[in-house]
Amino acid sequence: MTTTTTTITQEEQNNKHVTNDQTQQEIDQTAKMQAINVNVWFGQKHVLKSVNLTVKPNTVTAIIGPSGCGKSTFLRCFNRMHELAPNAKMTGKILLDCEDIYERKIDPVQIRRRVGMVFQKPNPFPTMSIYDNVAAGLKLTGTKNGKHLDDIVKRSLEQATLWDEVHEDLKKPGTSISGGQQQRLCIARAIALQPEVILMDEPCSALDPIATAKIEKLIIELKRNYAVVIVTHNMQQASRISDYTAFMYMGELIEFGETRQLFENPKVKLTENYITGAFG
Amino acid sequence: MMHSYGFRKFKNHLFFIICAICVIIAIIPLASILFEVTKNGAPQLSLTFLTGTNANGGIGPAIQGTLILIGLTSAIGIPIGILSGIYLSEFGNNKYAQNLRTINNIITQFPSIIIGITVYGILVLALGSFSALAGAIALAFILIPIVTRTTEESLKLVPNNIREASLALGAHNWRTTLNVVLPTAKNGLLTGTLLAVARIAGETAPLIMTIMGNRYFFQGLNQPLAALPLEIWKDALQPYPDVQARGWGAALILILIVLIVNIVVRIATRSKMKT
Repeated sequence: MTTTTTTITQEEQNNKHVTNDQTQQEIDQTAKMQAINVNVWFGQKHVLKSVNLTVKPNTVTAIIGPSGCGKSTFLRCFNRMHELAPNAKMTGKILLDCEDIYERKIDPVQIRRRVGMVFQKPNPFPTMSIYDNVAAGLKLTGTKNGKHLDDIVKRSLEQATLWDEVHEDLKKPGTSISGGQQQRLCIARAIALQPEVILMDEPCSALDPIATAKIEKLIIELKRNYAVVIVTHNMQQASRISDYTAFMYMGELIEFGETRQLFENPKVKLTENYITGAFG
Repeated sequence: MMHSYGFRKFKNHLFFIICAICVIIAIIPLASILFEVTKNGAPQLSLTFLTGTNANGGIGPAIQGTLILIGLTSAIGIPIGILSGIYLSEFGNNKYAQNLRTINNIITQFPSIIIGITVYGILVLALGSFSALAGAIALAFILIPIVTRTTEESLKLVPNNIREASLALGAHNWRTTLNVVLPTAKNGLLTGTLLAVARIAGETAPLIMTIMGNRYFFQGLNQPLAALPLEIWKDALQPYPDVQARGWGAALILILIVLIVNIVVRIATRSKMKT
């Protein structure tokens, strides 16, 4: 690509859909997080190809796409969890408040405190009580302030809309409650640390419709305090809860825009095919 | 159709019966040993038998010696074994660790007499005498690889999503291992460690080369020490029925010690969380 790319219209740019030119991506000062030209390899396999994405504060950003398109991997780049996979390699930048979280001096542990994560399968710590699960983040990172711990646990469980259901059973194991409750417990565990961004990797895929509805309501609530990025298989879910949607296919970001616009008036044919169910 | 269903049901029963028979075959020698030891050993038990020296018709020094050996060996071996196991499981994705794992597995299979001779060569000769310390170190050489291996295996059974959950909260690796992975693997760790302790409690060959035996109570870490396996071995070689009977008693006590250690550790580490 040459410098003339700056003059092409929005339409053309969307049809090209991959912007390989790094200089073209400017830092968006209003963004909470921003991915710039992110490439990821697992060994020889190129799983993310020059992906750019902006996450605005107090919004829900959904990432949709067929299985294996790299959306979970992309999500894991936002808190450096993909580094845990052996032979993962990454280039590009992920900015948090305009600062690159991959800079040499930055400890991933610090990033993960600011960017929380909720996983596909509810994974409360089996050896800990409900109370300890919520307090785990504070205890494990050595930032507990004894007296306030009760308050923090209560507030987190309330925010996760779980308090009313478990407040009498705080001493019971975290794995003793139902799957949907466990997932909300995991969300409470993540927000107890008061992160700035919450990443969710298909948080409802292991849950029944009623539990899913509760979590979706909760995600919309969370938007008031956090930026939420959610990976989902469920396009209806994305259209219900998100403000922005990114469609990924084969490791590339095909289209990114406001959710309504993307679902009602997609600019790229591939996106249209996917959301109308022609493939995927 | 009915015929094939009946046949499948028959196979199911047959499989169950074969398994049950195998269990019985496995239990027969074990049960008969327990029965013989209890039958011949139980009449020996008395306060003098437990606390007196051989001269008084007791095995006090041997009981004391075995307890000291178990304690000392555990103190040396269990921390090293568990930490090595953690290394292999949590950080062992490299060539160095792979070699370590192979060597560790080979040492687990070593005949214990070889370990006894090794410690005799490097410690007993250097210090100039058989000693309690040499015995504990020889037993630790047997204990460490077993504990290392069982630790690694039990930690590997901890699902990865539990580790991820902890790391995603911003916990460091060592915190994750210590506060999340180890507690989750606790049962496996305990069983493995207790089996290893039970094994070293009954080891005889390395003790012959290291602690030698003693007719008196504990006299210092650098002095020869009595121990139950040695007591049993020596008593069994004697032609006198009363001494042989003492050996049976000692065997019963050794089994009881292993049993009691097991029960006490299980109770002490039982999860306090109510389900």
